[in-house]
Amino acid sequence: MTTVTTAPADPGIRVRRAASRKGGGLRPWLYLLPSAAVLLPLFGYPIYMLGLLSVFDYRQAQVSGGQPTSFVGFGNYATLLGDGRFWSVLAQTLGFAAALVVATLAVGAALAVVLTKAGRIPRLLLSLAAMAAWAAPAITGSTVWLFLFDADLGLVNQVLGIEGFNWFYDRWVTFGVVGATVVWHSFPFVMVTLYAGIQAIPGSVLEAASLDGASAWHTFWRVIVPMLRPLITIVVIQSIIWDFKIFTQIYVMTNGGGIAGQNSVLNVYAYQTAFGSSEYGLGSAIGVIMTLILLVITLFYIRALYRSGEKL
Amino acid sequence: MKILNWAAAGVALLSLAACAPSTAPSASGGDEKSGTLRVWLFDEPNRAPKEKVVAEAIKEFTAANAGVKVEITYIPTTPARHEKFKGAFNDPASAPDVAEYGNTDLAEYAAAGGFADLSADLQAWPEGKDVGADLLKSATVDGKVYGLPWYIGIRALYYRTDVFEELGLKPPATLEQLTKSAREIRKKKPDLYGLAVGGEYTFGALPFVWDAGGDIETLNSPEARKGVQAYTDLLSDDNCPPQACASLTGGKTVELFASGKAAMGILGNFSRAAVDAGAAAGKYAVVPLPGSKEGSIAPAFSGGNNLGVMKNSQHRSLAVKFMELLGGKAYQTKMYEAMGNLPTLTSARDELAAKDSFLKPFLDTVAAGTRFVPIDPAWVKIDNQKVIPTMLQKIATKQATVEQATDEAATAVKAAFGRS
Repeated sequence: MTTVTTAPADPGIRVRRAASRKGGGLRPWLYLLPSAAVLLPLFGYPIYMLGLLSVFDYRQAQVSGGQPTSFVGFGNYATLLGDGRFWSVLAQTLGFAAALVVATLAVGAALAVVLTKAGRIPRLLLSLAAMAAWAAPAITGSTVWLFLFDADLGLVNQVLGIEGFNWFYDRWVTFGVVGATVVWHSFPFVMVTLYAGIQAIPGSVLEAASLDGASAWHTFWRVIVPMLRPLITIVVIQSIIWDFKIFTQIYVMTNGGGIAGQNSVLNVYAYQTAFGSSEYGLGSAIGVIMTLILLVITLFYIRALYRSGEKL
Repeated sequence: MKILNWAAAGVALLSLAACAPSTAPSASGGDEKSGTLRVWLFDEPNRAPKEKVVAEAIKEFTAANAGVKVEITYIPTTPARHEKFKGAFNDPASAPDVAEYGNTDLAEYAAAGGFADLSADLQAWPEGKDVGADLLKSATVDGKVYGLPWYIGIRALYYRTDVFEELGLKPPATLEQLTKSAREIRKKKPDLYGLAVGGEYTFGALPFVWDAGGDIETLNSPEARKGVQAYTDLLSDDNCPPQACASLTGGKTVELFASGKAAMGILGNFSRAAVDAGAAAGKYAVVPLPGSKEGSIAPAFSGGNNLGVMKNSQHRSLAVKFMELLGGKAYQTKMYEAMGNLPTLTSARDELAAKDSFLKPFLDTVAAGTRFVPIDPAWVKIDNQKVIPTMLQKIATKQATVEQATDEAATAVKAAFGRS
């Protein structure tokens, strides 16, 4: 198993080592220059502005020049961290995002395996359906799902014969419906990526596994998953970032956070603070905290992954 | 090492650029006598009649002022309006000269320094004295008048005459009778909601609070709690089940009443067209929303729109002239005929009341005294944070008791005032 997992990674490592031996420390930076020239202004400047705004008392009156702008240091952060609502929304966001990541991965991986096993026509149909879900803009998809689950006129209620049942009343039922919409939007990426990965696994490896008497379940967990580790890393990080930043589905389907704000997530909360209440400074502080959380989660995940990679 | 270098470079970069975030250039108006006058008016669900009246006004205006063109832009009333106005304050080049705006938004706009002080202009205008004092107050911040009240919207109780007749009910004279009738209707006709109430219908709930003696600034006072209790008691299975009603906005309750699903609703004079287009058409009447004492009227919210002149307008006197034309008696009356907008000029209102009996309950409500939201930027925050809907919904869904929810709301209101 050791040879199997390290083999695909090996060539990359060799190239990297060779480069650092020959070109000194400068050449990699040279290669990075074109993308850095694009990425730094595009991402660096907004993040810089975000950080800058977050340490100022910056509201509508300050933007339009009615009142002077004043430096408040970490005042905005202190306000935020002292606000119970921020903590409850943060906890809710983390929980919801974690559930979404797991669900998206489970659905995406399961359907990727189904794709490899299915015949030509079913595969085509499934791919088409997935592509359609993928192509649908988040706001369109959310609106369509909202109609499907409408209390009086929705298809779901008519089919189930429970007209008048409000899917967006109970907190957890609401999260369930919105979560299903999010998964529906994001599973195609996972499915297609993993499907491509599975296709790239040499047939001989799978054949060897089956000759050794491994069941389909075991083949999946012991052979396919380890070989797809780099792909799964990318897919997981993408999903974490997407699901943590979830906005459109919640905003559209629960009308900005649901009954008594029970379905609010951090991004919706930041938007309502920054633009609804015109507290641009405070809203920026939420943005900075979100960025930091995402960075930390992603770094931890990558590190954990490299560690376990070494052990294998 | 490398990381250290980068960090140092980052710090250097920061200190280079670490000046305060930019603010818009301070507004400086002008007084050109020709050119294009830009006007922003709100888009309406049924805009054609409004457009027709405005076109007439433009014709009259350009005939009197040679070399002037008037350009109208219709902007949305949705929360996107905030973005439009903020954009206009921040960038004078894309700002209008005259703009229609909701009177609840005024305090925020005034604090942002977007609108010009019109106190002197309105005093010099002969028709200015015709605007009621209550109404002028809703356009005033810190003693400065930032707009001409253009029309008002008043809510009253719409009820289904056929249902009331069938069940032998009389139009309610007190709040208690109202809730009793609502429950009786729901009991005898389970398909109907008694009184359509909504967890997000702030201006439906506030009259209950005001009538009980409470106010937005004192939501956890015993009086306010009584009003909140009275309203949220209606958000229950025996009138309007929370499952269906907790997330309703004011607009949705209009739909419920218009489509014949509710026997009563707290609707505005501006909802008449919507009701007449629905199943309830021809089977309804309107009375003022009763107060808790026999014969009293619960104070209504005097919502409405003002016309203002932007501080950075390059055509100040032309803009004021156009505002006075559109907000004058002739065009206020025309706007009523076209859109049902209730005039702000007392004489215009009196003349219309004599002609159209539909207006009577609304005008009686105005005469009994109306209330307004705090004229403070804090209100926009309270509104945007949904403080009052959250309070109502928490009680209706039993997530909190009246005491807890009102305490929480009062804290949020206090916080909103504290930071502005």
